[in-house]
Amino acid sequence: MEEKQILETIQMVSEENLDIRTITMGISLLDCIDPNAEAAARKIYDKITHYAKNLVPVAKAIEMEYGIPIVNKRISVTPIAIVAGASDVTDDTIFAKTLDRAATELGVDIIGGFSALVHKGYTKGDHRLIQSIPQALNETSRVCSSVNIGATRSGINMDAVQEMGRVIKQLAEIDPVKCMNLVVFANAVEDNPFMAGAFHGVGEADCVINMGVSGPGVVKHALTKIKGAPFDVVSETIKKTAFKVTRMGQFVGTLAAQRLHVPFGIVDLSLAPTPARGDSVAEILEAMGLESVGAAGTTAALALLNDAVKKGGVMACEHVGGLSGAFIPVSEDSGMIQAVTNQHLNIEKLEAMTAVCSVGLDMIAVPGNTPAAVISGMIADEAAIGVINNKPTAVRVIPATGKDVGDDINFGGIFGHAPVMAVNTSSPAEFIARGGRIPAPIHSFKN
Amino acid sequence: MKIVITVIGQDQIGIVAKVSRKLADLKVNILDISQTLMQTNFTMILMGEIKTDTPNLAQIQTELKALGTEIGVVIRVQRSEVFDAIQKL
Repeated sequence: MEEKQILETIQMVSEENLDIRTITMGISLLDCIDPNAEAAARKIYDKITHYAKNLVPVAKAIEMEYGIPIVNKRISVTPIAIVAGASDVTDDTIFAKTLDRAATELGVDIIGGFSALVHKGYTKGDHRLIQSIPQALNETSRVCSSVNIGATRSGINMDAVQEMGRVIKQLAEIDPVKCMNLVVFANAVEDNPFMAGAFHGVGEADCVINMGVSGPGVVKHALTKIKGAPFDVVSETIKKTAFKVTRMGQFVGTLAAQRLHVPFGIVDLSLAPTPARGDSVAEILEAMGLESVGAAGTTAALALLNDAVKKGGVMACEHVGGLSGAFIPVSEDSGMIQAVTNQHLNIEKLEAMTAVCSVGLDMIAVPGNTPAAVISGMIADEAAIGVINNKPTAVRVIPATGKDVGDDINFGGIFGHAPVMAVNTSSPAEFIARGGRIPAPIHSFKN
Repeated sequence: MKIVITVIGQDQIGIVAKVSRKLADLKVNILDISQTLMQTNFTMILMGEIKTDTPNLAQIQTELKALGTEIGVVIRVQRSEVFDAIQKL
């Protein structure tokens, strides 16, 4: 009996907030396509509620038996723009409501896939879905939406960039909090278990289980024990910790897939923070020796963290996928919130950080009067970072309607609260209005 | 089914007796037992085995948790595979 290891594992869970952040069942809806929208909606509802009927009970049983918290039980589906494209409707809200009803019936927390992939161009179905987003998200509570507007192999669809700036504004005018259910991606991945960007890609199997682990608190705790040690030791320590964290994801995922009789897809090696104290990516960077996240050196610290997490995690699981890296959502990370409040962290620094970690400008509140063109400009900048560097990037900003810099917006629960951050007020309107497509980058002559 | 029972809390007379009596009542066979004091915390780890075909782990957890509350310690019951999965290559 390895007492030390048993006690260490228990401490990781009970004191350092180690958990399974999400178990996400991916379900293909390609066989639900029907020209009659109501028939399609019925097939979608039936398939999801049939395939995922045991998802929540199985997750709860594993939690109970092994003492590992599984925070979210989620579902991702084929991008609805593809599924609904053939249906005779003028608005896709009916499909969002169907997803919402299925999620509620099953007791899953969130369902993702009210999505469109328009990185090279629009289909009729893509147009319709994107135009439906504000109403669809307003009339549902568990549905998440994502739109992929750029890819390394196809460039950036600037028409979509322009439109998504407007859609985000429209949604914020209805209810700013709903903006946390909408993310704009470049290089979106097909097996992402994390929301709001999860969808079940068309290259995926009929049904699959994907896992997202967490564990910033565990990494931070390990780093506090090696204060002042050189970066070689820092990197080794993070790798070893990430290995253990990922093993838990692999273990729980294998078990869940067996019990649900579906293939196990991937483990997403992301460090996902929550607003709970000690469960913060910012605090890891600060444990490396930065007075506050946002200080000079932050990008280097994050680059090291992101790389070491992947190196440690890759060996711990059969298949790695999803976004895999450190998340830096401002509102979901108490250390980030504090750094913004103390004026140590601004949007420009966050943008630099997104060049070396997963995702992008995430859960950032901006003044309510931020013009749509400025939001489109932020999306274009993030997409450029992703497309040029061959990595996923995303924008999930919340225009805090009626609020300005210095105010605060509350999202509730694990989504936390966010101080409204200043944006550059000079206008990119003419740039955004050009439309068209920024061509795919060249992949030779790297410098 | 093999389970790991951990008991952590303030040291006092009779913890081992009370926990092992409860395990006997619940038909859990003790395979291994170790105890130590970490700072002032009493820490005991028991490896147990449940031989029935349909073990009611939830009930075992509930009863041991209640016993823990009664004597002022935290008692956790977990299936043992998780520890090997996380800690071993």
